[in-house]
Amino acid sequence: MSAPHRIAVTVNGVAYDRLVEPRLLLSDFLRQDLGLTGTHVGCEHGVCGACTVLIDGNSARACLSFAVQADGSRIDTVEGLGTITNLASLQAAFREHHALQCGFCTPGMLMTCVDLLQKYPLATDQAIRDGLSGNLCRCTGYENIVRAVRAVVAQRKAELDD
Amino acid sequence: MKPASFDYVRTATVDETVALLALHGDAAKLLAGGQSLVPLLNFRMLRPRLLVDINRVGELDFLRDDGAGGLSIGALTRHHALETDAKVAARFPVLAAAMAHVAHLAIRNKGTIGGSLSHADPAAELPMLALLLDAEIRTRTASGARAHAARDFFIGPLTTALQADELVTEIVLPALPAGTGWGFEEFSLRAGDFAFAAVAATVTLADGAVAEARLALMGVGETPLRLRELEAGLRGQRLSPQRIEDVAAAARAAVQPPSDLRASSDYRRQLVGALTERALSAAWRGAGGGA
Repeated sequence: MSAPHRIAVTVNGVAYDRLVEPRLLLSDFLRQDLGLTGTHVGCEHGVCGACTVLIDGNSARACLSFAVQADGSRIDTVEGLGTITNLASLQAAFREHHALQCGFCTPGMLMTCVDLLQKYPLATDQAIRDGLSGNLCRCTGYENIVRAVRAVVAQRKAELDD
Repeated sequence: MKPASFDYVRTATVDETVALLALHGDAAKLLAGGQSLVPLLNFRMLRPRLLVDINRVGELDFLRDDGAGGLSIGALTRHHALETDAKVAARFPVLAAAMAHVAHLAIRNKGTIGGSLSHADPAAELPMLALLLDAEIRTRTASGARAHAARDFFIGPLTTALQADELVTEIVLPALPAGTGWGFEEFSLRAGDFAFAAVAATVTLADGAVAEARLALMGVGETPLRLRELEAGLRGQRLSPQRIEDVAAAARAAVQPPSDLRASSDYRRQLVGALTERALSAAWRGAGGGA
């Protein structure tokens, strides 16, 4: 076993200071060391998108990054998005449009959507589908997920037009 | 799937990085975006003793004029930066178009051009674009600097001319002549998946005929390919739809794509024909060529 490294990270606004082995994946660090099990682990090789989080504001696969690399970074996970009594508008749209079934892919879908919404206009359903193509839903609930994102895009446009 | 144990060093400069590579050679692996490397580590297909994290080597993260109308791109430039950079869009729109096909946003946020070229996946867009655009790939070792022409760089699947102690530092894309038309066509099952095949073309005209045409392919061989004989045959020609169809047929005949679970060799060959026709037509029209 190689020597652990000390890292300082801010996750959902909370500062953490931890010792981590270099090979510890960011996804395992979040779940096992910090107890933040909202970030789900599916394929562990960057294909399913379930572990998507934001690193310094940009979406990334937590399974394709090591905790030691996150030293000094800001991480945002689904736990930071909203609470049960105060859902983020994206989460509210997912609920409204029944965009989750078993819920396993949902944290990754949500964190992916946060980044898609801040970087792309998502003016068409095709753009939404292309944007979500890196996130797998084993329930195949894609249609309702697209509807939820479409609703958020429309809501955002209405707010901008006001 | 968890990686085997390794030591980790985060470097801050190129000098520090190449010194470590000189010391550790094959036992060390460079960690840039990690989007191809970390899966290989997770599967334990690679078990380096040392990972050298270059993500904070600031001097490798730049995108600037090469002084002659082209671009000089730092090895740590992320895919998403290439996808959205105004200079890339203005000078190499074919590259900007190709970047939208590179994996998914979460991958493009992390993946780097130096990493993609070094990894040399035969179904990756950036090696193909480097070949299309006659890129020069500049590197450093502890003992000095080198430069590789893209055409000599890709040797086989996941194999390049790089030595174990060599770090890609910069990719230079020489300017395309003004008025160059381009086309990029890719086919994959879902957006962002590895493509079954892709074709990129550029066409530059002089007096209404082809002065220079380039055709690059990927996903159909062990490395990205340039169809240089076909390119030479286009010089001086006016490209009617019939002529473009003939070129597409010749492209189809020129490749021997692999068969795998997703697509047979024949299917890929058909794709090469269709994609070549579309890409070359778009490049010809974009350059101002008449019907």
